Amino acid sequence: MELNGLRLKTGLAEMLKGGVIMDVTNADQARIAEQAGACAVMALERIPADIRREGGVARMSSIRKIREIMQTVSIPVMAKCRIGHFVEGQILQELGVDYVDESEVLTPADEKHHVDKHAFKVPFVCGARNLGEALRRIAEGAAMIRTKGEAGTGDVVHAVQHIRAIVREMRELTLLGPDELYTRAKELQAPYELVRLVAKEGQLPVPNFSAGGIATPADASLVMQLGAEAVFVGSGIFKSEDPAALARAMVRAVTHFADPQVLLEVSEELGEPMRGISIATLRPEEQLQTRGW
Amino acid sequence: MTIGILALQGAFAAHARALERLGAAPCAAGAHPGGQELFWKYVSRAQDFDGLDGLILPGGESTTMLKLLQEEGCWEQLLAFVQTRPVLGTCAGAILLSREVTHPAQLSLGVLDATIVRNAYGRQVDSSIRQGNWLPAPESAQQLEMVFIRAPQFSRLGTGVRVLAQEGELPVAVQQGQVMAATFHPELSSDLRVHAHFIDLVRSSTPPLTNQSLFSASASTPGCSPGSS
Repeated sequence: MELNGLRLKTGLAEMLKGGVIMDVTNADQARIAEQAGACAVMALERIPADIRREGGVARMSSIRKIREIMQTVSIPVMAKCRIGHFVEGQILQELGVDYVDESEVLTPADEKHHVDKHAFKVPFVCGARNLGEALRRIAEGAAMIRTKGEAGTGDVVHAVQHIRAIVREMRELTLLGPDELYTRAKELQAPYELVRLVAKEGQLPVPNFSAGGIATPADASLVMQLGAEAVFVGSGIFKSEDPAALARAMVRAVTHFADPQVLLEVSEELGEPMRGISIATLRPEEQLQTRGW
Repeated sequence: MTIGILALQGAFAAHARALERLGAAPCAAGAHPGGQELFWKYVSRAQDFDGLDGLILPGGESTTMLKLLQEEGCWEQLLAFVQTRPVLGTCAGAILLSREVTHPAQLSLGVLDATIVRNAYGRQVDSSIRQGNWLPAPESAQQLEMVFIRAPQFSRLGTGVRVLAQEGELPVAVQQGQVMAATFHPELSSDLRVHAHFIDLVRSSTPPLTNQSLFSASASTPGCSPGSS
């Protein structure tokens, strides 16, 4: 039963591959995203750039808002719960969202524990900066991993760092001998069985997407070419000059991520992307990606 | 013989793995190993349809695929293809093939005389793995595993449509001439009877070599040029 449950959870992620999942805060934005070809939307009260600017405690979105978005679009709807806040997860599952993102963008509710995601029927996606973090989340039941990047900045540098780290560490595992895997599992702070599985397959047992600071079609193609299987775009779209045009360009750029001709075409027509914040200017305590354990 | 897999968005990689388990080799590999007669390749642009003997429309988001098909200028090409060559649509692919789409209504290729209801079982929490019957070989008592993910349902089938698989009383895989459609995801199961049936369909509808096709086959293997995916 548990195995079939995981197959259904990763099965939906399989359907999202090669697509763009867009952050939206109301029904109008959800409609724009769907019409642009988003394969799913993330229903939020505030996009990460605004959470970052306004501060305060960021919690699960208002149910009324999520429900309104669910009623507006026919594509899957995701929503975020705070790290460790399993009751927000229970509420979102009861509401019927299609995926829950246990997200570092919201203020963590537990400084030691993540949600036990095996206990849920709704699938969860979790952020990771490296292979150890990804495997810990998978051990807890995450059915999809995304890079954390640094949400709400429009700076892709850490999404790149994270996808490169995960891909490199997986490749390294495939070279290790059986005796070395035990020590590596200890270093990664991840279950040995999962480490052995990745060493054998050369990839994560769940889909591996990218998120955090992706603001242009070129950024989206960059993380895809580095090994991501789909892309989350948060603040980038609705903080840009022409969201509908940028959303369409993002979708085409992800579908044809390895085709420079299409990338040129979609980059040519764009208005101003979000202005963004260089991550190098953030104080360490301002970074969202260090949340999660 | 080459089977294309529409690779705009969705579970195209899972279909490629399913075809490989049935002995297909990727076209893009360049070398054509001796004795391997079945190849697969990804299709994402209008020119990729050249030389294909059959096509798979995978699961994913049908609205996303529709949008991309229209933007890439592939729609006319795809429509012409599915009217003349074998095609298998799974989940979102079945939606694209059906004549009428509801909940909500959307454009489709219309080559399968059926009405299909999107997200008919509900949302992701209502997704399920069920056992059903594969009708072309009823003597084999073995049930067919069916993975339904935010799946559609046929609400009407035309008289020319044959039911290939049933889950309870519901038709979940159908065939009309060269068009096959399943509302579940055979590419996510280890039982490959649906794909094997489609390969047989492609094989039986591939025209015997004429002088002309022999000539072009000697110039280059259709659809199998190196790096063509």
